[in-house]
Amino acid sequence: MITEIAFWVIAVLLIGSALAVVLLKDIFKAALFLILCFFTVAALYITLNADFLAAVQVLVYIGAIGILLMFAIMLTRELSRGSPFNKLSLPALVVAGLVLVMIVVIVVSTDWGSLQVASQGVQMAIDEPTTGYIAEALFDKNNGFVLPFEIASVLLLAALIGAIVLVRGKEKE
Amino acid sequence: MHLGIEHYLILSAVMFCIGLYGALAKRNAIVILMCIEIMLNAVNIAMIAFSRYVVPDMVLLTGHVFAVFVMAVAAAEAAVGLAIIINIYRSRQSVDVEQVDMLKW
Repeated sequence: MITEIAFWVIAVLLIGSALAVVLLKDIFKAALFLILCFFTVAALYITLNADFLAAVQVLVYIGAIGILLMFAIMLTRELSRGSPFNKLSLPALVVAGLVLVMIVVIVVSTDWGSLQVASQGVQMAIDEPTTGYIAEALFDKNNGFVLPFEIASVLLLAALIGAIVLVRGKEKE
Repeated sequence: MHLGIEHYLILSAVMFCIGLYGALAKRNAIVILMCIEIMLNAVNIAMIAFSRYVVPDMVLLTGHVFAVFVMAVAAAEAAVGLAIIINIYRSRQSVDVEQVDMLKW
């Protein structure tokens, strides 16, 4: 019952803040609503028993990406120009609406009960922490994700170096 | 009303389409990047909902693992994207994507 109430409150907040990001004229306010949106997504993860991902959401999205966006807004001094729509805003609305209708029709017409994988004994408990299980799924010897994990770390290193090289600017001769 | 996977998937779809609309219809490059983050978050919600409802076992958390990778890629994308935007701002004094047409001929 609590989960249902929480879900509907979170859904309203989530859609409202996502719409505010798109529709607000002031970029700085849009960025603040984006951070509210990230927070509500973290709350939604908690209703899905994903406690580790909720914590990572707060750390990575709000702590890193949110602050990075704030810095970018400050550094580019575009606040006075706001965030206007371009000439294609009506076709974009039509495309987004069609994609939404398509996804909703497919989701509603699919029989999710028949897709459910048979339980192998270890049922998901409501209040059990998932961190250890994610580590086991990630680093399992037989069907784990060790190579993608290593590639992700190389990707992050490359992004770090790339960002530094791009922002540093030209060397003085 | 009982919560099912449909609720989460439709919420995720609504959020994805709001992000899609913003990414297609906005002129400020930073706002476009923010809308892409919204889209990535929507995909994460869908994957965790699949992990919760379609594979209810604790030992099969592949959806959570995918969400972790999406977050890592989103962080890398935001860092490089904002670096490129700041560089464009330095050379053009603007982050309006309609004025960034150096590759157009």
